[in-house]
Amino acid sequence: MALMEIVGLNHRYGEQKVLENINLNIDKGEVFALIGPTGAGKTTVLRLIDLLEVPSAGEIYFDGLRIPESGKQRLEVRRRMSFVLQKPRVFNLSVYDNVAYGLRWRGERKDKIDKKVNKILEMVGLKGYKDRNAHTLSGGEAQRVALARAMVVEPEILLLDEPTANLDPVSTERIEQIISYIIERRNTTMIMATHDMSQGQQLADRIGVIINGKIVQVGDAKEVFRLPKDKEVANFVGMQNIIAGRIVTNAKGIVMIDIGNNVIQAVSDCPVGEEVYAGIRPEDITLALSKSESSARNCFCGKVSKVASLGPVSRVEMDCGFPLVALVTSISAEELDLEKGREVYASFKATGVHLIKRQVGDTL
Amino acid sequence: MLEIWHGLIKALELIVSLDPEVMEIAGRSLRISVTSCLLASSICIPLGSLIHFHNFRGKRAVINIIQTLFSVPTVVVGLFVFVLFSNAGPLGTFDILFTPIAMVIGQMILITPIMLGLTISALSGVGKEIVDTAISLGASGFQTALVVVRESRYAVLAAVTMGFGRAISEVGCALMVGGNIRGFTRTITTAISLETSKGDLELSIALGIILLSLALIVNVALNRLQQR
Ligand SMILES: Nc1ncnc2c1ncn2[C@@H]1O[C@H](COP(=O)(O)OP(=O)(O)O)[C@@H](O)[C@H]1O
Ligand SMILES: [Mg+2]
Repeated sequence: MALMEIVGLNHRYGEQKVLENINLNIDKGEVFALIGPTGAGKTTVLRLIDLLEVPSAGEIYFDGLRIPESGKQRLEVRRRMSFVLQKPRVFNLSVYDNVAYGLRWRGERKDKIDKKVNKILEMVGLKGYKDRNAHTLSGGEAQRVALARAMVVEPEILLLDEPTANLDPVSTERIEQIISYIIERRNTTMIMATHDMSQGQQLADRIGVIINGKIVQVGDAKEVFRLPKDKEVANFVGMQNIIAGRIVTNAKGIVMIDIGNNVIQAVSDCPVGEEVYAGIRPEDITLALSKSESSARNCFCGKVSKVASLGPVSRVEMDCGFPLVALVTSISAEELDLEKGREVYASFKATGVHLIKRQVGDTL
Repeated sequence: MLEIWHGLIKALELIVSLDPEVMEIAGRSLRISVTSCLLASSICIPLGSLIHFHNFRGKRAVINIIQTLFSVPTVVVGLFVFVLFSNAGPLGTFDILFTPIAMVIGQMILITPIMLGLTISALSGVGKEIVDTAISLGASGFQTALVVVRESRYAVLAAVTMGFGRAISEVGCALMVGGNIRGFTRTITTAISLETSKGDLELSIALGIILLSLALIVNVALNRLQQR
């Protein structure tokens, strides 16, 4: 039986419908990531799960128990969870008191509190900060206090809302390390919201994609990343090339897709005549100066329209009769002498093309 | 002019020599105002929390009334207490008119609105995020309220200080329900207002200086606390 079961959850703020028919099962010990763009409703889902708010409709079961809409039971269940809010606020007290609060509220004995707080502060690397006022901490340190005070009560479920949003890269790595440590050592069930694809992929066993208040896809990280179910998910997981077309032939699992002025080949068992989108990740496209260098089934000649350096990689936009975006290492961008107007050959494998069924009337 | 100068010198002498009468009056003022301030705090902080944390019909109106009463004239409060405890009044049997108890009651009534109002606004200064954080870490409703009071402790302290300031500096009520009885209900402000008209400038100036110093000390201490 799932530790947390969410059935038909709907939520509105005033007139605005924020969540629509959310269904989720989270197993004991599982790490589940809720990913989606800002405003999709991730925070709202976590707030409902943590019983901070009452859903407009739907049910939440915790460990088989149906959560009532009011009453003492909500507090009891809430005390079995911890929630690190999106913008964690530390109390204007010492670091020690910040972390000890949750235990005091649960009526723990003083000597036990002392032991647990010290241990958890050591885990997050804030042992020497016990007596500091928490308001004097940096953003990353405050986030570690927030993690520590959530973990010190040994929750059955830990809820994390964008645990590294607004942090610098070094602090982000530190927090991710601590989260990994918690996952490995504590075996805590975890539900985290993030708009950072790679973070979800890195930390979670299973990912749910939420867009516009609806869960559009649930699966393991690889599946969501490689095989997005629809155009919105594809867009969100970084499939930047989404080209509309129609299947014209299917020979032993290799299909030809007519995209108007060109044909793209893909591996699929889609029937002929099907309207589809061809999704291609920009990092799956290789660029070369001549055609012969590539063995990929798809190869198009195009003119570079824009090159943007993103540090170690460069984003190359080109026009091959249809727009195409590729990510190449900055070194090869330099070697190919890529600049606006240059002619290049873009190639990608048939297996690198992911087909998404298209509803007629769907527009790009 | 010379008379005032003499008065000032003699006043300083009274203070430095710890003149028994000056000390006695100052001490009584402090005792009465501290008592009324502590009693009012013990009502206003819980009551303010109750009003702040509960949503009820007419909440806005209640807060408006409280704020209007910030500037209730001291003599009106004096009159109210006087009528209440006078021989013919409803609580006349307690026979506490012209005693320090009546003065404490008067000051409590006087400063309750300002303490209550400032406590409520201090609590509203604590963001929703703090409340959510407490609840999400397993605090009950009451425990959450305690967290909010604790987070706003300096602002609440400021509310208490404002109340104390108003209590120790008011004269109308203290005079009406205390009566400025020497050695019994005479306080700094009643002494100043009555002794000045009798020509005892030295005593008045000495008490005035002490009153100002008290205000200064309290304010400096509060500022220190808030800056920590
Ligand atoms: N307290 C609130 N009152 C009104 N609207 C809200 C409130 N909280 C969130 N919303 C709205 O609900 C939607 C989802 O918000 P949220 O759950 O915070 O999204 P996410 O966490 O994915 O960024 C947004 O459109 C947001 O404006
Ligand atoms: Mg959010």
